[in-house]
Amino acid sequence: MVREVALAGVALAAVVAYGVLGGADFGGGVWDILARGPRKQDERNAIAHTMGPVWEANHVWLIFVIVILFTAFPRAYAELSIGLFLPFHLVLIGISLRGGAFVFRAHGGYVDAPGQARAWGVVFGGASVITPVLLGMSLGAVSSGLRVVGPLPLAMGALALAICAYLAAVYLTLETDENQGDLRAAFRRKALYAGTVVVALSGIVLPLTYFEAPHLWAGLTSATGAPVVGAGVLAAWTSGGALVLRKFRLARLAAAAQVAFLVAGWGLAQYPYLIYPSLTLFDAAAPPATLDFVLYTLPFGLLLVLPSLIWLFRVFSRARPFSP
Amino acid sequence: MIKHHWGWSGTPFDRRIQAMDALTAARAQMEVSLGFHMIFAALGIALPGFMCVAEALYLRTGCPHYLALAKRWSKATSLLFAIGAVSGTALSFELGLLWPRFMEFSGGIIGSAFALEGYAFFVEAIFIGLYLYGWDRISPRAHWFSGLAVVLSGTASGVLVMAANAWMQAPRGFDLVDGRPMNIDPWGPFKSPEWIPMSIHMTLAAYAAVAFAVAGVYALGMLKGRRDPEHTSALHVAMVIGAITALLQVPSGDIAARVSAAHQPAKLAAMEAHYETRREAPLVLGGIPDDASETVRYGVEIPYGLSLLVGHDPQTEVPGLDRVPRDQRPPTAIVHLAFDLMVGSGMALLAVSAIYWLVRWRGRRTQSAAPAEPVGRAAPRWLLVALVAASPLGFLAIEAGWVVSEVGRQPWVIYGVMRTREAVTPAPGVALTFFLFVILYAALGATLVFFLRRMARRTALAASPGAAPPRAGANETNEMKEAPHGA
Repeated sequence: MVREVALAGVALAAVVAYGVLGGADFGGGVWDILARGPRKQDERNAIAHTMGPVWEANHVWLIFVIVILFTAFPRAYAELSIGLFLPFHLVLIGISLRGGAFVFRAHGGYVDAPGQARAWGVVFGGASVITPVLLGMSLGAVSSGLRVVGPLPLAMGALALAICAYLAAVYLTLETDENQGDLRAAFRRKALYAGTVVVALSGIVLPLTYFEAPHLWAGLTSATGAPVVGAGVLAAWTSGGALVLRKFRLARLAAAAQVAFLVAGWGLAQYPYLIYPSLTLFDAAAPPATLDFVLYTLPFGLLLVLPSLIWLFRVFSRARPFSP
Repeated sequence: MIKHHWGWSGTPFDRRIQAMDALTAARAQMEVSLGFHMIFAALGIALPGFMCVAEALYLRTGCPHYLALAKRWSKATSLLFAIGAVSGTALSFELGLLWPRFMEFSGGIIGSAFALEGYAFFVEAIFIGLYLYGWDRISPRAHWFSGLAVVLSGTASGVLVMAANAWMQAPRGFDLVDGRPMNIDPWGPFKSPEWIPMSIHMTLAAYAAVAFAVAGVYALGMLKGRRDPEHTSALHVAMVIGAITALLQVPSGDIAARVSAAHQPAKLAAMEAHYETRREAPLVLGGIPDDASETVRYGVEIPYGLSLLVGHDPQTEVPGLDRVPRDQRPPTAIVHLAFDLMVGSGMALLAVSAIYWLVRWRGRRTQSAAPAEPVGRAAPRWLLVALVAASPLGFLAIEAGWVVSEVGRQPWVIYGVMRTREAVTPAPGVALTFFLFVILYAALGATLVFFLRRMARRTALAASPGAAPPRAGANETNEMKEAPHGA
């Protein structure tokens, strides 16, 4: 009982990490394809410069989620694989094209062929738009009987895309040099737009759960769910306010917290279901010996991964900022 | 269900998709995905080793051409690792997407191997970012150790995944009760007797394949007249690693085959096209095995060969396919020819490296004035041509080896426990996703070849006489900065 819940918590934490870190990389692709105006090349360079060293590490969180899922909850993995056969395949194609196009562009050395660079940029950006929508739709489908095309999954897909764009824009305000005021201002403006869309879409998704997924609504408004949702709302206002006041570090922290609370709230409201309404995490769980193996190796794995990850982010943080 | 959305129903293409049953399509998609990923997995394991060796040589000697090599190889690594990471992600999904019943059955057992592999891959992805982008951000020592972390975690990652595959070949760590696994031991994959031999065989194969591929690339450059220190030392490093690993593959392959013989007699019999159980069994090379008549046409027989190989004794009785019920036999012709292709490629590589070292040794005796001079400048053209011709053989051997390992396991997905057809997804549309993946991988592969060729041309430009010296410093990592502004 405790093991199942603990591992579901680990999986949820990994989804949060993927959302907060990997989501921003998808958002980078979104802003790449949306870049307009005289600064567009500077914006694209800043995005590529920021993503370059970290996107592969951020991507591993998704693999981590999958591994926890099929090790600890093999039945759920089998059911998800059957029920979400086509959307998952499209996600894979999106992931492959996103990663491939990013490195092809970054390492092609396009000084002499800007047209080709643009073509790869379109593939990179297009895949970065489609993939989070599909991932958001899949989360929505998990809450509504594996029905992918429905009001709730579609709204959650749109929300996921908006969140990715928001996170990326907020993070990018910190990835520009102090003396690049206009680039930072551009990302701040984008962040404010995307943040407004996030708030609007959240305002649609929340009431939608009342009609489409009553168990989610009940969970989100319950004694355990409401504080998390409340904290998410608080973080959302904080990050928005900090952006307005140009407190960019606070905005980044609060934006990450906002997404974390949002995903965590969804996960708590989903409890005890892995796939609503057919499969609970207790029905889907692997035998205790397997769950113990994953739980006992987790600290050792994290001891290897987390310090390395922190070092990675420190080395490539603004200590040596990007200047075009 | 899906086809009506696409407006191609009734076309010949649609009819072909409809004709493909789910099992065939799922196997084809898995084969394409694995076959594609395998190349990048091998490169991801071995190429970081090459860049680390080159950087270590630079740190020891201070020779700039070693630094240039390390940067060149790290740049290739960054392209190849990214493709390997996405195709690996695709596989982790496809295990469930194509074989949900297999994952439902075995997720709780082999998941332990994948969980540990997850951490190894995480470490690899982190340090590859530090290595590729950290040339001027961390100290040279820290940079080199980041590369070493990539090498170690990449190798560990491969070895851990191998545990899951070994478990499919020789499953351990559970009791089968009413078709379900009970009394699960998560250490099961690591208790599979095939794990260690397969891991050693595959890790060596990765290094050998990459070594001869690298040797071929630089031999080609030298054939075009570029016999500069960067080319000669790259060829030298590659041939040191290639010769050692190709040589070690002989005992490692022998052990792997004999472990297979002990635990998967049907696979060994198919590998050797050995139909009739007998002592003094001959070794059959090549030929066309015919499962209907249980004979091999046009094969070359070496008397006692198989008994000697399996038991190191001509009187060893080798069980043939006649011991295996017909519905449990793998397709002999594919497995046998793939096995011969693998062994033949390995032998050819061994021969090429032996000739290379012979030439180098003779060259050194005659040119004792310059003992440190690599064979490069003096290498005869025919040797370079042979190296170029041999360069794809290592990857050919890897692909053929995986065909032996996986097709030889058929019709089982878990040997002796679960048949492949029991594991396949009931979801509609597998034929469609198979074609989508073929297109995706063909496009990615073709683009990658285009980029690598261009990278090689740049090496040529940088190294050609009269050109500016290779800008080994900051330009590689800063390429994005050079992108045109306001285009």
